[in-house]
Amino acid sequence: MSIVRLAWAYLASRPLLTLLHVAMLAIGVGTVILLMLFTAQTEERLARDASPVDLVVGAKGSPLQLILSSVLHVDVPTGNIPYAEARKIGAGPMVAAAVPVSLGDSFRGLRIVGTNAGFLALYSARVDKGRVFERPMEAVLGSEAARRARLAPGAKFAGSHGLAESGPAHAAHPYEVVGILAPTGTVVDRLVLTPLESVWEVHEEHKPGEADKHAAGESEGKEITSLLVKYRTPLAAAILPRQVNSNTAMQAASPAYESAKLMNLIGVGVDAMRVLAVVIMVTAAVSVFVALMSALQERRYDLALLRTLGARPGTLFALLAAEGVTLVVAGVILGLVLGHAAAEALGRWIARSNPWSITGFAWVSAEAGVVAVVLLAGVATSLLPAMQAYRRDPAILLKR
Amino acid sequence: MLEIRNLRHDYGGRTVLSVPSWSVPKGEASLVIGASGSGKSTLIAIIAGLLLPTAGEVRVGEQEITRLTGAQRDAYRARHIGLAPQTLHLIGVLSVRDNLRLARRLACLPADDALLDAGLASLGIAQLAAHKARELSVGEAQRVAIARAVVNRPALILADEPTSALDDANCAKALALLREQAAACGATLVIATHDQRIRDHFPRRLEL
Repeated sequence: MSIVRLAWAYLASRPLLTLLHVAMLAIGVGTVILLMLFTAQTEERLARDASPVDLVVGAKGSPLQLILSSVLHVDVPTGNIPYAEARKIGAGPMVAAAVPVSLGDSFRGLRIVGTNAGFLALYSARVDKGRVFERPMEAVLGSEAARRARLAPGAKFAGSHGLAESGPAHAAHPYEVVGILAPTGTVVDRLVLTPLESVWEVHEEHKPGEADKHAAGESEGKEITSLLVKYRTPLAAAILPRQVNSNTAMQAASPAYESAKLMNLIGVGVDAMRVLAVVIMVTAAVSVFVALMSALQERRYDLALLRTLGARPGTLFALLAAEGVTLVVAGVILGLVLGHAAAEALGRWIARSNPWSITGFAWVSAEAGVVAVVLLAGVATSLLPAMQAYRRDPAILLKR
Repeated sequence: MLEIRNLRHDYGGRTVLSVPSWSVPKGEASLVIGASGSGKSTLIAIIAGLLLPTAGEVRVGEQEITRLTGAQRDAYRARHIGLAPQTLHLIGVLSVRDNLRLARRLACLPADDALLDAGLASLGIAQLAAHKARELSVGEAQRVAIARAVVNRPALILADEPTSALDDANCAKALALLREQAAACGATLVIATHDQRIRDHFPRRLEL
């Protein structure tokens, strides 16, 4: 009959209250953990998806929308730009790589991206099965896209018009899967990549045999959604965006800048949720404190009895502290489980309609800080009732 | 044996207890009798080492209680003194057996369930071992409190008002049980009471 077992017996003697205290603490901890996982993974994902691209050139409009659509693939494009104009920018001396992107269709919610082999180089993607596309209407699938669409090299599929799953199908223009990419941990994993010419072919009326014109690289008068640019020199960051914005009918947007702006926007909501979670945790800590103080009052004779049986003041201190710590530890453990489970559930829900997601099977180092702070706060909360137990007059049992 | 010399305890600027000299030989039973407020419970608390007197000496066997530190008194009480408080208080959330185990644990003694069960059997309450203490009747709780007081085979058993809430028949039974259990472990028994019914059962008395 150890003190810990006695503390457990007291907690078990009022299961509903004990569960409520633990649940309250767990909800607070779980919310903080969920927010941490969400922000950390979103930031990391944004950085990973945006870092290969220094600049995006696209149609005038919201620069954030341009980045969201062309780099993160979560929004609709701002419009189209002339391919010839884009190529002029790509050919400039400050540009190390320029990759065209043409959007508009999707397959089962997976975005079909018209581009060239430079796109794969930009994200260091390599082919795991099959080969890279070489001709129009050939497609290479990212690893996650292939898994979700259950397609393998040799399979054929028809894209749907628009970026929603329910768009009308381009049944007359089926794609043939020629390769599957190895996982990259970037947005590429959830994309369907095809030559630029495929997108033009699908969206234009053709006379018989005209598809070959695209294959031959005839691109006069063609449009693309955007141009992804990799700088050759850091100086380009100061010059190129200004040149594009001032001298052309297009706009240039920096993924790094817009991602930071996006995180700031998300951050406002996240901060509000974080404050709420802290309020819940503080409330839970107060409730644990009230529970212990109330236990102290209810058990004044039990505590005095323990002293008459030879328990030292430190033993009573340990008893109350053990109860408080048990509640807090249980709340923290349950909170961690809840936070990670909620992150996983949220991730699966997000993944149904977005090319990015979060996972609950990840650990953010800051979680250790939350656990440490909550445990310390819980122990501190238990100290006052424990000190009062320590100072109890054991003779009250004889004076009763 | 229990020996008290020149004991005085002051509280709130006045003397609430004064015992110039009193002793109980080893294995004997004795009564501390007096009206409410006469200092009986204070004396029990001092003998148990729960309270330090203003002056005087209390010796249990060879040990001078008042010279021990707080921690030493706690350890001594756990191991050598069995206390049955007036309210027969038990830890309600624990089973009867766990109440006894707790007393053994606080005296740093092994649980020894066979010993505990034998003790409960000798008091006729072996069937209550697994019951929660809060489920017991007053009479059952009293027997468990006695079992707990003797579970560590103490040198001294202190019982505070063990009969005051009982009718005549149960009063006699409680006294018999206490004496029987004290004799079984060779302990000195001190009963503090204001219950005049039991006065004549004890030739050795301290009147306060």
